[in-house]
Amino acid sequence: MDKFTTLSGVAAPLPIVNLDTDKIFPAIYLKTIKRTGLAQWLFQEIRFKPDGSENPDFVLNQAPYRQAKILIGADNFGCGSSREHAPWALLDFGIRCVIAPSFADIFYNNCFKNGILPIAVPKEICDELMEDAKKGANAVMTIDLESQTISRPDGEKVYFELDAFRKHCLLNGLDDIGLTEAKNTEISSYEGKAQLERPWQFGMTQKVPG
Amino acid sequence: MPTPKTLFDKIWESHVIAPQGEGTYLIYIDLHLIHEVTTPQAFEGLKLAGRKVRRPDKTIAVADHNIPTTNRAAGVAGIDEPDSLLQVQVLERNVKEFGVPYFPITSLDQGIVHVIGPEQGLSQPGMTIVCGDSHTATHGAMGALAFGIGTSEVEHVLATQTLIQAPAKNMLINVEGALGTGVSPKDVILAIIAKIGTAGGTGHVFEYAGSTFRDMSMEGRMTVCNMSIEAGARAGLVAPDDKTFAYMMGRPYAPKGAAWEQALSYWKTLPSDRGSTYDKEAHLAAADIAPHVTWGTNPEMAAPVTGRVPDPAQIDDPLRRAAVERALQYMQLSPNTLLEDVPVQRVFIGSCTNSRIEDLRAAAAVAKGRKVADGVVALVVPGSGHVKHQAEEEGLDRIFLEAGFEWRDAGCSMCMSMNNDKAMNAERVATTSNRNFEGRQGKNAKSHLMGPAMAAAAAVTGKLSDVRQLG
Repeated sequence: MDKFTTLSGVAAPLPIVNLDTDKIFPAIYLKTIKRTGLAQWLFQEIRFKPDGSENPDFVLNQAPYRQAKILIGADNFGCGSSREHAPWALLDFGIRCVIAPSFADIFYNNCFKNGILPIAVPKEICDELMEDAKKGANAVMTIDLESQTISRPDGEKVYFELDAFRKHCLLNGLDDIGLTEAKNTEISSYEGKAQLERPWQFGMTQKVPG
Repeated sequence: MPTPKTLFDKIWESHVIAPQGEGTYLIYIDLHLIHEVTTPQAFEGLKLAGRKVRRPDKTIAVADHNIPTTNRAAGVAGIDEPDSLLQVQVLERNVKEFGVPYFPITSLDQGIVHVIGPEQGLSQPGMTIVCGDSHTATHGAMGALAFGIGTSEVEHVLATQTLIQAPAKNMLINVEGALGTGVSPKDVILAIIAKIGTAGGTGHVFEYAGSTFRDMSMEGRMTVCNMSIEAGARAGLVAPDDKTFAYMMGRPYAPKGAAWEQALSYWKTLPSDRGSTYDKEAHLAAADIAPHVTWGTNPEMAAPVTGRVPDPAQIDDPLRRAAVERALQYMQLSPNTLLEDVPVQRVFIGSCTNSRIEDLRAAAAVAKGRKVADGVVALVVPGSGHVKHQAEEEGLDRIFLEAGFEWRDAGCSMCMSMNNDKAMNAERVATTSNRNFEGRQGKNAKSHLMGPAMAAAAAVTGKLSDVRQLG
């Protein structure tokens, strides 16, 4: 996973409440067995017209926002399906940061696994950032993860909260599985204890005819 | 006196392996359900890193999303859509290579992953259960902490049998009283979501409590827990009770003999302690819940079927108003239209929400002696091979077929239309599934969520209908 330290880029406004992951990445394209090259289907239903041409009204089809690296969203961003294809497609498009007043839990988790920083800020602040984002080519914001700040186009800095462990993993581009494997002794010891306390839960699916 | 603990607290605490940083823990996973859509990239990751599946004995695979609901006897060769075929073939190759147990698509054991877990007795009280699928909360009906995860987390569980998680908060969903005639568990959960909103449960685990849930069947509890995610909750739980134990007993993968006794005494310790407190609460009276249908493009956009399409002009918040305007435009509905005046062209009875035997019985009771309305296509898709078999033993297939419904093989089918079953030409659909998102059931398809008897009523009248008026 790529490290996330600082990010500077155009922020695109996407003021849609309850933006679900079906909208970010429609189910029909979940048939892919890959995790790259998914930007072509990002926001497919709203980004393209039925004939396949671009919908000029959609923000990411407009000149300065084609290069957007940041999305400013609304409440409950990424709700619905657990599909990680949603953050994969955002990443493939070039989005490394999503700012919203609130996120759905699974999408929020999935972002961190892919080096995307989801930032939850109070609604009043998000409303201001949304106005900033409407400034087109002037909507450049800078995210500094170490100091946990968003620099607005006018230079004002906004502080944001973030869990220390997730910050550490993003800053260092750490692979969760590698971190967990380092705790193998603890896992094995837990398994030994659990097997004594709840033996019926072990070996369960071994009985499946194969 | 020790602090009272909730059902969630107890399961959480008994699964913490070690702290993993500030406010984050490494927790153990007792059962990992996998399917063809959200695993190819996870197995690829394992291969690239040279990792194995740590606990194949706690993992079960099944293909459900992509598979056709006709011509099942042909097996994998019967999948005519090339991408769907590839995804199922990749799953079959991966389970073989990594030694993961698998229910093949020609087996009676095959079905929707959230139907077969409880059906086989794999999903048990007190377990942590995960699956790369947001409707994993279904298994919470067994008194298990069950939640959906992304593909990176699927890979993490395959490799380590653990997950890195922050604890959720507790939210009590209390419903008291008896449900009225014609009111189903689906109406209960739609009413809950309409009340608290699609983000009402974010960061929380629901505990469904109160006499309504105590009196509800296990399958009804599964319907309710299934849609916890539609209110934003990580999971939804019902405390295990005698109904749970009676349901578990004798299922193929449930403990037997001395192990059963040992399990039972453990399961009985799980319900929330008297005096437990919750971070948030919502209270509803069963008597106030009418049969519900959705009118918009997310599950909170629901109303009693006797109601009308709302008027966005009455909504103050500009973003919410815009969302309702957009929803009505997509759904091609005018404000204040009577819901019972809305015609449908397609009906889907199935999905991990409503494809179990009780759901099919409820739909068949309405279909019996009636005919699917002219111009309506109606599908019944059982949740598993066993549900299908049992329905046929009970003659439900004959009732549906005589009424003009199509009787299909088990799978996810039109819930998300990854197989060939989909709404054509922007049809309006009465559906027992869980999501009415734009385009989910086909291009420009307009989905109205409801319970199985309500969907059958829509099929025979050709419009959204109050099943209580059908007699």
